[in-house]
Amino acid sequence: MPQVKDIFRTMDYGPAPETDAPVRAWLAQRGAKFSHFIGGAFVAPEAESHFEVRNPANGEVLASVAQGSAKDVDTAVAAARKALGKWSALPGHVRARHLYAIARLIQKRARFFAVLESMDNGKPIRESRDLDIPLVARHFYHHAGWAELAETEFAGHGAVGVCGQIIPWNFPLLMLAWKIAPALAAGNTVVLKPAEYTPLTAIAFAELCSEAGLPAGVVNIVTGDGATGEAIVAHKGIDKIAFTGSTEVGRIIRRATAGTGKALSLELGGKSPFIVFDDADLDSAVEGVVDAIWFNQGQVCCAGSRLLVHEAVSDAFHAKLRRRMETLRVGDPLDKATDIGAIVDKVQLERIRELVAIGCREGADCIQPKTAVPDTGLYYPPTVLANVAPASTVAQEEIFGPVLVTIVFRTHDEAIKLANNSRYGLAASIWSENINVALETSAKLQAGVVWVNSTNMFDAAAGFGGYKESGFGREGGREGMFEYLKPVAPKGKAPKLAVPDFSAAPAIAEAVSDAGLPRIDRTPKLYVGGKQARPDSGYSYTVRGADGAVVGQAGLGNRKDIRNAVEAAHKATGWSGTSGHARAQVLYYLAENLDARRGEFADRLQAMAGGGRKKAEEEVDLSVRRISYYAAYADKYDGQVHSTVSRHVTLAMNEPFGVMGIVCPSVAPLLGFVSLVAPAIAMGNRVIAVPSAAHPLSATDLYQVLDTSDVPGGVVNIVTGESAALATTLGEHDDITAVWYFGAADGLAGFEKGTAGNLKACWSGDGDAMDWSDPAQSQGRAFLRHATQVKNIWVPYGE
Amino acid sequence: MSSEKVFTLRGGETAGATSAPAHPERNPGMALKPDWFENARVNLTGVERRAATMATRRTVKKEWQAAWLLKAITCIDLTTLAGDDTAERVKRLCAKARMPVRADLIEALGLDAPITTGAVCVYPTMVRPAVEALKGSGIPVASVATGFPAGLMPLNLRLEEIRYAVAEGAAEIDIVITRSHVLEQNWEALYDEVAAMREACGPAHLKAILATGDLKTLRNVYKASMVAMMAGADFIKTSTGKEDVNATLPVSLVMVRALRDYHDRTGYLIGFKPAGGLKAAKDALAWQFLMKEELGNRWLEPDLFRIGASSLLGDIERQLEHFITGRYSSSVRHPLA
Repeated sequence: MPQVKDIFRTMDYGPAPETDAPVRAWLAQRGAKFSHFIGGAFVAPEAESHFEVRNPANGEVLASVAQGSAKDVDTAVAAARKALGKWSALPGHVRARHLYAIARLIQKRARFFAVLESMDNGKPIRESRDLDIPLVARHFYHHAGWAELAETEFAGHGAVGVCGQIIPWNFPLLMLAWKIAPALAAGNTVVLKPAEYTPLTAIAFAELCSEAGLPAGVVNIVTGDGATGEAIVAHKGIDKIAFTGSTEVGRIIRRATAGTGKALSLELGGKSPFIVFDDADLDSAVEGVVDAIWFNQGQVCCAGSRLLVHEAVSDAFHAKLRRRMETLRVGDPLDKATDIGAIVDKVQLERIRELVAIGCREGADCIQPKTAVPDTGLYYPPTVLANVAPASTVAQEEIFGPVLVTIVFRTHDEAIKLANNSRYGLAASIWSENINVALETSAKLQAGVVWVNSTNMFDAAAGFGGYKESGFGREGGREGMFEYLKPVAPKGKAPKLAVPDFSAAPAIAEAVSDAGLPRIDRTPKLYVGGKQARPDSGYSYTVRGADGAVVGQAGLGNRKDIRNAVEAAHKATGWSGTSGHARAQVLYYLAENLDARRGEFADRLQAMAGGGRKKAEEEVDLSVRRISYYAAYADKYDGQVHSTVSRHVTLAMNEPFGVMGIVCPSVAPLLGFVSLVAPAIAMGNRVIAVPSAAHPLSATDLYQVLDTSDVPGGVVNIVTGESAALATTLGEHDDITAVWYFGAADGLAGFEKGTAGNLKACWSGDGDAMDWSDPAQSQGRAFLRHATQVKNIWVPYGE
Repeated sequence: MSSEKVFTLRGGETAGATSAPAHPERNPGMALKPDWFENARVNLTGVERRAATMATRRTVKKEWQAAWLLKAITCIDLTTLAGDDTAERVKRLCAKARMPVRADLIEALGLDAPITTGAVCVYPTMVRPAVEALKGSGIPVASVATGFPAGLMPLNLRLEEIRYAVAEGAAEIDIVITRSHVLEQNWEALYDEVAAMREACGPAHLKAILATGDLKTLRNVYKASMVAMMAGADFIKTSTGKEDVNATLPVSLVMVRALRDYHDRTGYLIGFKPAGGLKAAKDALAWQFLMKEELGNRWLEPDLFRIGASSLLGDIERQLEHFITGRYSSSVRHPLA
């Protein structure tokens, strides 16, 4: 033990341990053995099976925890279902009281939770104490507010139902809060599974729910491994799955829930860029890197793990970064002066080592500080892999450890290109003192969260979630609440429709026209890039009316036609950049021109779908109205400025997805089509639409209307043919960002499975069971919300 | 200074130095080079965030805290700058500087030798009594000068004041800069002024008070720091103690980063002195963390780090006694300055 006089000379830091005694006492009182929390009580696992939970800093076994079986999940879901009716029917104010009580109790037990979290996860006590736990309390406070306001702010919406929630090990209690707080605020009940490495704070939270007097069954915690998670995902009694974790598992969940009708939100991996421009405050940017990649040992889904630095300042920046790395302290998570704690598990540590080795083999310069790393425990030093090529494995793969890769760029354009050159799109950090550079880059980055001159900023009032393969759905803020709400709308029954004959066989002879002359043949082709294109197959199929009479032919599109349409849509980038006003004008013009052809379209509808003249005219009129409705919204679906932390503007911008695929219902051939295509293009998307296979000709008749309404080529692309096959191609296409499926219900499962490829956002409904003439069901902000993704841009200010 | 000196390092290591400090070669100054600072970028939010976490990322406890606080005492410029200062008042202060901590406490802490404060800081007319009172102690007398605190006297009088204080025996001169030069971005005028003051100081060390509370922006702070160092300042100092806002961690962070940049480019070690508003032991620790983290151990020693304070010492004494006895201490148990 050094004496004061020695330290006076060396001026070293000494140990500054946070006591673990209260947590040890808690573990001892509970016999260090824990059960599931189901229906308001701790329930032993059905199979009496437990697994051990260890402290990654020293390998010590902290407790043994129940391994959840399918039977346990079943019991938990039953408890949640039983509690749902009463809980969701409570006045918002009463639910708010419960959430408020939880928030208060979290604050009162703050240090206990912080210590327990650090022991279970290995994160430094400074982080659990100053970041994780305060954010947990903040999340419950914020959502107590949403519960209070639910009836007025979300009128016409109700709870989704029983939610299955699966959370990761990197921010165990915070991710629990992100899942449970909005779910409960909206009136849902939950079955939550914490990660097997880090279940202890969730168990302590269960005790806290009892302490807060939360009704039994509203929150159920089932512990276990991947198999338990699988049982939750597969359970038929669950209405929604919310998952945070790896993209790989997200994909499995997407496939498993396909066609089940379960709502889904996924918050997945990332390889987020951290861009340092030549006019950045380099010293502050270096601190940004510390907060980006050496926060929580780099085990952060939105970690700024790809440093892109301007060539002009690259040497200076790397020098500053090297110097800063030397002062990072790696060690005991419970020491108050530790910067980097332990990696959560051996498996993760091995993966980090392996990826760094690959990076070095592929030519990176590996920079690590001389600072000591403890000999025992799962530690990894802060690491920079410099001069990495974009093609290198470590530039593409998420390492999920304290490892930064650095890439040099020459121009602003190149920075954006490099930043977007990733399958992921979770977050980004931009460092520049120039407002033009910062805001333009913010706009062009494909990321759900953008931090200007800051990084890893979180607040319950802001939405968090990814673009691209980083998942879909948002957590936090108003946008996050919608993940746990659904419109209260009547559900219809789909009519039985005759399946069209897609064979190429010639139809039986047609009737002659009234004039006694043979009819002039009209054969609509496909509509791709603003031009009519012959179907690649060279086939057409016969379209019949409700009475079985031949109405005409339509092109038999195939996967290559979809491919061409997607390419055409990608070329029409200008549309997404035009102003809302300009898009509104085009849409109004479209409505005007459709109205001018009212009679012709009514004739067609009458011939195809039957139902009489009046109904047909009504559908055309409603279509004109619907287009006008979305034309009106084109410049009015505003984003928000979230009220987050002081002296920050947090902009929630509604951005178009870009290229969307839309599968239209078989019913309402015209109105169904415009009800989906109009909101999508009003928000700036370019679409590939597959119209009703049974009644495609109302859509093909629109070609001329589109041509004459100044709709730029490629904005609306229409491919007729066998809906199910075309839908599958749309769903699987990796260059489509979002899809809507309102086709036949039996095609949904295959379609949704296909979307797992690039994890595109997917919105579906039983289109044939919907009443498209009822605006309550088939029109409104929900359509705009699903046509956009929210990007939260954090802009701190101050001189 | 010639350009080949740029990027050469001399003096101590920037981090991890543990040996007793060798006195660094004095900064001779250099020609004004506006391109070193004109495009300086300082992001307020970024700086504030780093400053705010300085004392949450680091802490010292028990023996370490005692040792660090003792070190802080050796860095204090024990100061009296009041209109009612008298020779007797200054003598009392000097006696405290010689023996800042009760002898029994020093013994209990196991130090090999007694410690003193870094300096005593007074007005020019109080230099002579201070020098007399400190004779044989090795404690330097610092004098404020140049029309402290506003600095709006004619330049020739300000320079004369420096010469007067030096002649009276001051080893360090705490000058104030003309704030309008910074606000008007007139770097040449600022440089010429400080260079003239440096010349007037002769062998006495020049501590340039930037009065950062008057400069308003952190970019101004960075630029003024750089100009003062180019003009030959030995120390850069935050405040007179008389501005509305005195030493803050964000301002200090920007100044030590400027100082680090100057060191990286020229090899000269410049000292830093926060002044005004540091009253509690934990304030001293926060600034020590800042120095150690941003610059390294070399900058924890009194030849490169001073704290301008009058009431700080009292709180440190109480904390030290608490460390020894385990009981919270009272100010009446510690001799007044």
